[in-house]
Amino acid sequence: MASITLKGLKKSYGNAHVIKGVDITIEDGEFVVFVGPSGCGKSTLLRMIAGLEDITSGELNIAGRVVNDLPPKERGVAMVFQSYAIFPHMTVRENVAFGLTIAGDSKEVKDAKVAEAARILQMEHLLDRRPSQLSGGQRQRVAIGRAIVRKPEVFLFDEPLSNLDAALRMDMRMEIGKLHKALGATMIYVTHDQVEAMTLADKIVVLKDGLVQQIGSPMELYHRPANAFVAGFLGSPSMNFLDVEVKAVNGNKITVANSALEPVEIEAKTGSYSVGGKARLGIRPQYLTPAEGAGQLHGKVALTERLGAETVIEVTLSNGKPLIAALARDAIFPIGTEIGLTFTASEAHLFSE
Amino acid sequence: MAQISADNHGLRLYTRYAVLVLIAVIFIFPLVFMVVSSLKPDQQLLADTASLRAFLPVGDISLNNYTAAFQRAPVGLFIMNSVIVTGVTVVLSLLACSAAAFAFVFVNWKGRELVLSLILATLIVPFETIAIPLLLISSQLPWIGLDGLTSGWLNTYRVQIIPFIADGLTIFLFVQYFKDLPGELIEAARVEGASWGQIYRRIVMPLAGPVLATAAILKFLVMYNQYLWPLMVVQDEAYRPVMVGLQYFFQLNIAWGEVMAYLSLITVPVLAFYLYLQKAFIASIASTGVKG
Repeated sequence: MASITLKGLKKSYGNAHVIKGVDITIEDGEFVVFVGPSGCGKSTLLRMIAGLEDITSGELNIAGRVVNDLPPKERGVAMVFQSYAIFPHMTVRENVAFGLTIAGDSKEVKDAKVAEAARILQMEHLLDRRPSQLSGGQRQRVAIGRAIVRKPEVFLFDEPLSNLDAALRMDMRMEIGKLHKALGATMIYVTHDQVEAMTLADKIVVLKDGLVQQIGSPMELYHRPANAFVAGFLGSPSMNFLDVEVKAVNGNKITVANSALEPVEIEAKTGSYSVGGKARLGIRPQYLTPAEGAGQLHGKVALTERLGAETVIEVTLSNGKPLIAALARDAIFPIGTEIGLTFTASEAHLFSE
Repeated sequence: MAQISADNHGLRLYTRYAVLVLIAVIFIFPLVFMVVSSLKPDQQLLADTASLRAFLPVGDISLNNYTAAFQRAPVGLFIMNSVIVTGVTVVLSLLACSAAAFAFVFVNWKGRELVLSLILATLIVPFETIAIPLLLISSQLPWIGLDGLTSGWLNTYRVQIIPFIADGLTIFLFVQYFKDLPGELIEAARVEGASWGQIYRRIVMPLAGPVLATAAILKFLVMYNQYLWPLMVVQDEAYRPVMVGLQYFFQLNIAWGEVMAYLSLITVPVLAFYLYLQKAFIASIASTGVKG
């Protein structure tokens, strides 16, 4: 059983505070994705769990043991690096078996375990090659093979797919998902790619500036973002944010409007509001639909991107602000066309300033 | 137009080769002169220096100078002494300096920056400055050997070897090379359970081929050319290295033919060692930018 608990974890380099107090509980067998923009501290947090970075303060607990001061090898973790970090002077077989060799396993045991890992990752034919003879995707398989062969309780992935091209990235993403199902191990995966986060995670941890913004399942974060940052980070194209003024407050039902938006009543899930105050209204591009008439929002089409399955248009609103709408299927909106858009109030999000 | 540019290209190529050939000739002629002169009697050798015959094996050619050189000095013993001292120092130096550099680059410990800068500072201290204190220390050092506890290291191999095992330049070469190795390789090995010793032996050293070759050649040349230090600490002929042995040929009547024969003989180990490591050495110059 390898559940992981981070309690008040902090990391500083001198006066630079990179991780500012992080609390996360990861259940045994869970697939957790740390996601956030560059510099948010997600990789540092992963490296702290691996034992590659010292913990400044707080407590890190893996499988019931406090491991703050244990070296990486005593934490029962395996890690896959962004650069794969496979040893260039060893064959694939030697690379995969490296941890077993260090542990002093016999040749028979090593051969059996390497063969098993190679079968799972479909790389039996690569075992006697050198890393220089492998493609990027194959190298990544070797790195994953090296991680799974020791049967660790926890897998750590540090942006493992970011050096691969788009098509391969999707294949490997699916394979990592299948691998998690097959092994049932606890996995922590760091990425800045929200698609990887949404598709792989049981639980997503959104980080910004060394602080946790929100923890929850992908759909929880998508539908009930705790703040404007999480709302804007997840979903593609990003959520639209309109600066609005609070016109009326009735419990948690807030009526807002601005010069381009007719007054609309939104049920606020977070924050506090007062009449005359400022707020931000978030509307996902997918939840905007063309209106019959003027609609709740109207403006002129500034840009159209037709993707076949959907059409993304940028509209310049009557107050000059841009708005992105992702409309279902192939729709034709010539640039300069007047367009009205509507949305359902229950699908919009209100954030206090 | 294309014709002119092709001609230009050819001309440039010829010029480049001409310059390279000239440089090669400048480097090779002293060696040719040495070997050719070692085959000539003194009278002809001196007479030939006035013409290009100095570089040609013409006239009265024989191996007499070699026979005479072996009679004048124990050449074989000197070469053996130098090869032992140089070989042992090179091997121990590569091990000690790479291990030191490993600790400076990969292991995180308090004060490593300071210690490294102190070591690098020794690069600007000339050996002549420390030669006398080192002599005094060496003359008093204890040693436990076959004869039990003895005092004083003079007239031994170890006095020629041990002071030269660790040196700032070799450590610096390794430090620079190790810094360029991808840090994730070391981290991956740590996560896989390898100890520092295992990382040094299984990951870092197998990847250090080019810098090992560079450091080996630089150390070899320094050690093989040792003159001042062995002159100070070795009075016993049994431990004398080749460069000190050269003195045997400059007493009373100088026989230049014998000098050349002796020099030709003592150059053989250097050339053999260089040719052995040449491939790795060139690769290392390309990768580290360090010239030997």
